[in-house]
Amino acid sequence: MARSGKIAGRGGKADTGKVNNAKATPGLGREILLRAYHDMLLIRRFEEKAGQLYGMGLIGGFCHLYIGQEAVVVGVQMALSPGDQVITSYRDHGHMLATGMDPRGVMAELTGRRDGYSHGKGGSMHMFSREKNFFGGHGIVGAQVSLGAGLAFANHYRGNDRVAVTYFGEGASSQGQVYESFNLAALMKLPVLFVIENNKYGMGTSVERSSASHDLSKNGAPWGIPGAQVDGMDVEAVHAAAKAAIAHCRAGAGPYLLEMKTYRYRGHSMSDPAKYRSREEVQKMRSERDCIDHARQHLADLGIEEGELKAIDDAVKKQIQEAADFAQASPEPDPAELWTDVLAEA
Amino acid sequence: MATEILMPALSPTMTEGKLARWLKKEGEQVRAGDVIAEIETDKATMEVEAVDEGVLGKILVAEGSEGVAVNTPIAVLTADGEAAGAAPAAKPAPAAKPTTHAPTPTPAPAPAPAPSAAAAAAEDKDWGPAQKITVREALRDAMAAEMRQDADVFLIGEEVAQYQGAYKISQGLLEEFGEKRVIDTPITEHGFTGLAVGAAMAGLKPILEFMTFNFAMQAIDQIINSAAKTRYMSGGQMSCPIVFRGPNGAASRVAAQHSQCYASWYAHVPGLKVVAPWSAADAKGLLRAAIRDPNPVIFLENEILYGHSFDCPTAEDFVLPIGRAKIERPGRHVTITAFSITVGTALAAAEALAAEGIEAEVINLRTLRPLDVETIAASVKKTNRLVTVEEGWPFAGIGAEIAMQVIEQCFDWLDAPPVRVAGLDVPLPYAANLEKLALPQPDWVIDAVRKTVHGMG
Repeated sequence: MARSGKIAGRGGKADTGKVNNAKATPGLGREILLRAYHDMLLIRRFEEKAGQLYGMGLIGGFCHLYIGQEAVVVGVQMALSPGDQVITSYRDHGHMLATGMDPRGVMAELTGRRDGYSHGKGGSMHMFSREKNFFGGHGIVGAQVSLGAGLAFANHYRGNDRVAVTYFGEGASSQGQVYESFNLAALMKLPVLFVIENNKYGMGTSVERSSASHDLSKNGAPWGIPGAQVDGMDVEAVHAAAKAAIAHCRAGAGPYLLEMKTYRYRGHSMSDPAKYRSREEVQKMRSERDCIDHARQHLADLGIEEGELKAIDDAVKKQIQEAADFAQASPEPDPAELWTDVLAEA
Repeated sequence: MATEILMPALSPTMTEGKLARWLKKEGEQVRAGDVIAEIETDKATMEVEAVDEGVLGKILVAEGSEGVAVNTPIAVLTADGEAAGAAPAAKPAPAAKPTTHAPTPTPAPAPAPAPSAAAAAAEDKDWGPAQKITVREALRDAMAAEMRQDADVFLIGEEVAQYQGAYKISQGLLEEFGEKRVIDTPITEHGFTGLAVGAAMAGLKPILEFMTFNFAMQAIDQIINSAAKTRYMSGGQMSCPIVFRGPNGAASRVAAQHSQCYASWYAHVPGLKVVAPWSAADAKGLLRAAIRDPNPVIFLENEILYGHSFDCPTAEDFVLPIGRAKIERPGRHVTITAFSITVGTALAAAEALAAEGIEAEVINLRTLRPLDVETIAASVKKTNRLVTVEEGWPFAGIGAEIAMQVIEQCFDWLDAPPVRVAGLDVPLPYAANLEKLALPQPDWVIDAVRKTVHGMG
């Protein structure tokens, strides 16, 4: 099937496979950029606090932090409309906060308490919110990609114009079911936006060592799925690319694939000593490419007073501290909770 | 304000570690994200990053210290300009027992009894006139009836639409319901199973046909990890109303990869229901119930039975309850449990045994999870003997579970050890004679019954 490969508003530029230049990207404007700054900061502070609570033994098991990648989920989320669905992997705290889930409920799930989103039965990797159309939180690498195609199938079946955003890492992009899902989504013309969060390392294996494809945005090409590489450290570039891609999906033109070039500052999980990359590499990304610093600078350039930014910082810090307090004060689940939610009453 | 930096837990199993090296000195400025120390855990050497900004006021645990318990204060961070001396005089950290932080969990209660079988004895209802139909027609009629009633129900799988079903189960459905609701897929079990599970999570009610359950192994992660567990992991927020159906077990001469019984695999999993019909009435009544059920249901059919005819009620609203077994033949000397095609094997054996004066009670299990232990136990209390029959392998099979349930529920009523009849513990061979030797025959059941009734003699 011949596909134009173009997305609205970008004149097909996004299909060239080049990383978008932030300067060429239309800005978000003051108010929206302020919101993006707030949302990214909320995720950053949340994750720092989660790391801290993990260190104190209050969070157990696996805990995969999103620090460094905040621009991706915030930029995409701002391009969505009410009713659009989101599904992702186990590095999911950022996605939950971006969809508007309450940081207190997310943190209380991390501490395994009664007021967590899953009543303490899911943990870091398995949280959901029907209200916010957040479909998880999935622990098996790549599984959420076919599930996400299924969410889009439901939209298609019902004939509504909702789009399902399906996030996965560059590591998951080696899984067979990802390509099975690409084929099904293209064949059925499903309204699904596939977002590859390429943070360069699938656990300890760099993308160069795991993928013979070097431009992952072209991985849908055999099925005619248009794609674009995006600077995932720039929330404005992410937003612009997502907006165009979502318009493509919503218009009934089938799936779209965005490869977000991003970076995680922390280890794969809390117990990753991260010896596969140099400290300098991490520091360089942190000091030169940080999405929050970048947005803050842009806001200053737009004339936002330092005091206004400081007020946001303080409010976020306070909100996260409240979430942490809440998550520690919430009681452990009642033992009776063991036996609930296994099956629905028929 | 001074903050204590605590010995962090850096892995799910860490309770203590060695403070290998300090990378910041007392009095040195620390920024959030700076590496301040290296700690050797049970897994690896990890770098510890500062979370807050400030000045490293005082180091409380010297580098080289071993066995430092998690949460021991290891240093004090002071705000800029604050005197280092303001640090709280933290006790030097002895390599004490790891402290626990979470409140001590209340001991879990003893496992709750298995959910009791479906209450309504719908099978006991007189459904009125019946008509002979094949299992194939019964399955098709069940799907068509439910699809007429509920627009959210659709059928998806390989060759279900234009080809009319690899085993002709979906004959006529494409014509009646159109391609939107009868959907051919490519040969991509993992992908389309994930897609159907996702659609169910979004509220649709898919019927997913596996050409055979052997191919469902390609997709078993989505069935178990996604479909069966998500309700629990979401604290009841998510649901997955889906039916996975298709032929299971041996067909005829298709050899090991195409001839496996998955009953015990799926019956093992909480969050699933597992149904295995034998007759046309089972097929129709139970498939309708499975489609209406708000949970993921594994519906194990049998290719050989597709062409068999049975009486099936013609009533519009005919449906059978999941979770209830059926006594196909009453008897008082021995209980024989069977499911799917082996119900026929057991009935043939019971017929032969009657000629020698042994009255066998044959139970058609119909549902394997939740198992109708009540009916089985009541029967064993009457007959005092148990023989289980299944086509799958014996080890960790359905028979093993039933025998254990009977031992737990009515050990004192047993007059003889339970006996299992099962497929032989080998991959199924191709050769006609070998295949027959590997699968339960009525004679095997007759021998097992004699053994339990007359003793080993």
